[in-house]
Amino acid sequence: MSIRALSPRAPLALRHREAIAGYLLLSPWIIGLIAFIAGPMVTSGYLSFTRYDIVNTPDFIGLKNFTDIFTRDRLFWPSMMLTFKYALILVPFSLLGSLLAAISLNQGLKGTALYRTFFFLPHLTPIVAAAVLWAWLFNPDVGPINHMLRSWFGADPAPGWFRDPNWAFWGLVIMAMWGAIGGNSMLIFLAGLQGVPQELYEAASIDGAGTMSKFWNVTLPMLTPTIFFNMVLGIIGALKVFAAAFVATQGGPAYATWFYALHIYTRAFRYFEMGYASALAWIFFAIMLILTFVQFQASRKWVYYAGEND
Amino acid sequence: MAGETLTRRDTSSVSVPTFFSARTRRLIGRAILYVVVLGSSFVFMLPFIYTVLSSLKTPSELFMYPPTWIPTSPQPQNYLQVFEKVAFGTWLWNSFYVAIVGTLGGVMSAAIVAYSFARFRYPGRNVLFMITLSTMMLPVEVTLIPLYLMFSRMGWLDTFYPLIVPSFFGGGAFLIFLLRQFFMTIPKDLDEAARIDGAGYLRIFWQILMPLSIPALATAAILTFMGRWDAFLEPFIFINSTSKFTVAIGIRYFQAVQSNADASEHNEHLLMAASVMMTAPIILLFFAAQRYFVRGIVMTGIKG
Repeated sequence: MSIRALSPRAPLALRHREAIAGYLLLSPWIIGLIAFIAGPMVTSGYLSFTRYDIVNTPDFIGLKNFTDIFTRDRLFWPSMMLTFKYALILVPFSLLGSLLAAISLNQGLKGTALYRTFFFLPHLTPIVAAAVLWAWLFNPDVGPINHMLRSWFGADPAPGWFRDPNWAFWGLVIMAMWGAIGGNSMLIFLAGLQGVPQELYEAASIDGAGTMSKFWNVTLPMLTPTIFFNMVLGIIGALKVFAAAFVATQGGPAYATWFYALHIYTRAFRYFEMGYASALAWIFFAIMLILTFVQFQASRKWVYYAGEND
Repeated sequence: MAGETLTRRDTSSVSVPTFFSARTRRLIGRAILYVVVLGSSFVFMLPFIYTVLSSLKTPSELFMYPPTWIPTSPQPQNYLQVFEKVAFGTWLWNSFYVAIVGTLGGVMSAAIVAYSFARFRYPGRNVLFMITLSTMMLPVEVTLIPLYLMFSRMGWLDTFYPLIVPSFFGGGAFLIFLLRQFFMTIPKDLDEAARIDGAGYLRIFWQILMPLSIPALATAAILTFMGRWDAFLEPFIFINSTSKFTVAIGIRYFQAVQSNADASEHNEHLLMAASVMMTAPIILLFFAAQRYFVRGIVMTGIKG
């Protein structure tokens, strides 16, 4: 039986009622969207063309912020490059780690639920707590990691980690991987693995495929949408890195962990250059949009959606 | 030998020499897998274990080299000292307050908005939903400066309002998306049957959708709570006085004070204890609601 009130051919008055109710229920979000997202976006777009120190009224200066950023700002390119380097190292390795972790948790070992919890717990650690914890583990003099490096590998001198410009970045990468490998992406991979239809494996077996061949020809193609999803979110998340670096290294030493978000923060809330910082933020947003767009375009070449005709 | 590999390749692409029977090889593979999984579990847990153990040491033992594992005389009073040294009790309370109120507001208003997206037809719905999804990509820095200026003009800086009030307006794109995906899986027939019985839109929401969505609401609530508990940037920018700090910015303040203090006074053991106390509620929550938690993450990942 069909309910007239909800079908497209329903009397006009009822459809109007439905629409009005829909808008009413939506209204909190519309207000939120305007007040806390769209409005501020317009404001920060405008501010990016001004000089504004909060005390005086914004002073319109055209594109000067942008030209200054690209030509004069000594920390702009280094912080941008560093942030990309961070994402390009962190995301592939942690995705690979997540995938391997998910595969090994999908083998029906005894106690899998327990291992899954062990892998996942680092992800639950609040970033600030993780930063404090790793700052200690990485303590160059008395920390356990350097102790291990000294006694097992004879590292001498052992790395200075967060105190050494050459090592601070790698310390943050290791810390982030600890939280990322067993995190959401592992759970999503695990569900993806369990979602691969068994018939495909059976068919591959009949065709004489071995374990590796099944992995390359069945598992991996079927997982590409999941890999893509985790990759896009992973890159966006990695580019936003802030709290970990801010707490563990304060961007140092010698600007070695001066990520882009730290640069924006410093300009905005330490120097109160609100116009300049807004311009920095918009450049960041534009790059993220372009990057995500490129990833979606490129995904057509390698992501396989089962159930889609091609 | 060559002939053997050749015929082998015909039946299977695994070309391990057949020193062992297939069963033995399977057993060996299994054993290696156990070693790898147990080993990685240990590596993942080690930082935790070490931190908890360190939080129970005296400062002098903490700085001993080579480092000790088990505290020679455990100092549980370290945990009490955190509360004496800094306003940790207040910070905990503030964090709970901000996280719980924000979660309630976020989940409730997101459920209403998701109901609208999932069940009603009106012009512009799909466009609005796409806009909603795309806000997930927006870096917080773009809106943070104007929000700071706005809250400052409203006299809301150094209050909890900036951390709480926005969540009552839809709870953000992620929550709306999560709940909308869940509502879509509830058969519409149920709504329609209720409608025949004369139920209005709000009654359908409260008496049909909400009771059936408890798992999804629990998931949404847990994920939101954790996000709020963990949040650093917003409280750091909007809150100034130590009495209004959340645990996240409180610990960072404690750490900054500590590194500026004179070197003879070490608070690392207390910082460890504070970090353990910040992590504990999240882990307890996870264990209490592991089922909902995993399902929620998977739901957004797979159906996204």
